[in-house]
Amino acid sequence: MTKAPIHPATIRILSLTALLGLWIIAAAISADATILPQPWALIGPFWKAIQSGTLPWHLWMTLTRVLWAFILAMSLGLLLGLAMGRLPAVDRWLDPWLVVFLNLPALVLIVLCYLWIGLNETAAIAAVTLNKIPSVTTIIREGARALDPGLAAMAAVFRMPPLRRLRHVVLPQLAPFIAAAARSGIAVIWKIVLVVEFLGRSNGIGFQIHLYFQQFDVAMVLVYALSFIAVMLCVEWLILQPFESRVRRWRGA
Amino acid sequence: MIEADIRVKSFGGAPVLRDIRFRVATGEVLAILGPSGIGKSTLLRIVAGIDSAFEGTVARPERLSMAFQEPTLLPWRTVAENLTLVHPSLGREGAVAALARVGIEDRADLFPRQLSLGQQRRVALARAFAGDPEALILDEPFASLDPATADEMLALTEGLIAGSRPATIFVTHSEPEAARLATRILRLGGRPATIRPDKEAG
Repeated sequence: MTKAPIHPATIRILSLTALLGLWIIAAAISADATILPQPWALIGPFWKAIQSGTLPWHLWMTLTRVLWAFILAMSLGLLLGLAMGRLPAVDRWLDPWLVVFLNLPALVLIVLCYLWIGLNETAAIAAVTLNKIPSVTTIIREGARALDPGLAAMAAVFRMPPLRRLRHVVLPQLAPFIAAAARSGIAVIWKIVLVVEFLGRSNGIGFQIHLYFQQFDVAMVLVYALSFIAVMLCVEWLILQPFESRVRRWRGA
Repeated sequence: MIEADIRVKSFGGAPVLRDIRFRVATGEVLAILGPSGIGKSTLLRIVAGIDSAFEGTVARPERLSMAFQEPTLLPWRTVAENLTLVHPSLGREGAVAALARVGIEDRADLFPRQLSLGQQRRVALARAFAGDPEALILDEPFASLDPATADEMLALTEGLIAGSRPATIFVTHSEPEAARLATRILRLGGRPATIRPDKEAG
């Protein structure tokens, strides 16, 4: 008799259920709802926060910041990575900068942006973007270095115009690198956005967590944190993963 | 017509090609023979305009096509798209017609990696001929094919050249291939490589 393999989706659900079980046990042991409430104790506050519209509003504010920072970091990182990967002179000049910014703690950049630009939206998004650009650049640079010289020669011989070359020859080769940068990018960006909001914004999930942290309200901190994690998991499963499998379609064919 | 006058081509200070002069008229097929590593591909890259770091001049027509040692197709685009992206004026029907001339029109909607190497080389050949080229450069396009397929491809190429009569340069290290396809043979030898006295082919 052979065992039927367990479906990956089943494993995912079982694994998350185990985490939930761990939470319930920990909450039962601590037996203090102000330290760790039981999961079901969050349902009431969660429902109230949704009905009052505060949770959706703060969620929306955070999501817009994530989106802006993501778009800016991806497009600037793509341009820089392409330039550094293709032009050795640019790479030699900018590489030390990249090392400096890669090793600059996120917190330092956030504080400096607030100090220099002011406690406003521009500073918040600039801080997140600057934090993410170096790693996007590093990933894209690897892709740009690995571009197939044979295809470049082919495009040159047949005089493909630059835009068509970019779209059909260069970007498909970079697609796995772009997807990798996007996935690691979105994961890091939303975490930094929360810190940025925690430190200097008056709305967003990070601000709400700051507020409930000061009131020692563990339940509400968990409600906001978990709601946002849920949204980001949906983005990962419904947008990023399908996009990735679409750009990889020709490989499996 | 292709007119090449390459005085010197060096890699890192070491000359690899010297004093190579030739011209290929419309309808002519020039075969370049020589041992591997002599610089045949380098010469082709210069003539094709991919490599411009050399001393000398090359005159080449506007519509130039090339078939590379590898098929060099875009693996993320379908076979038909591989033709239309390079020759947009072709359109879908032109692409299918060009594929029909090399006998693989039924593969138009597959991705290149779903094809055998021989079929991929046919696509590359179809792409090279599709733009109605005035000059055609073939860099060992029959390498690493089994003898039967290579022979089939050779016959195909012969027919296509007879049809559109471009000025053709093709590199090979097989004497029979050269003798069959070429109107003239040019031999490279020595270091740096130069032209050895050439002979007329049958």
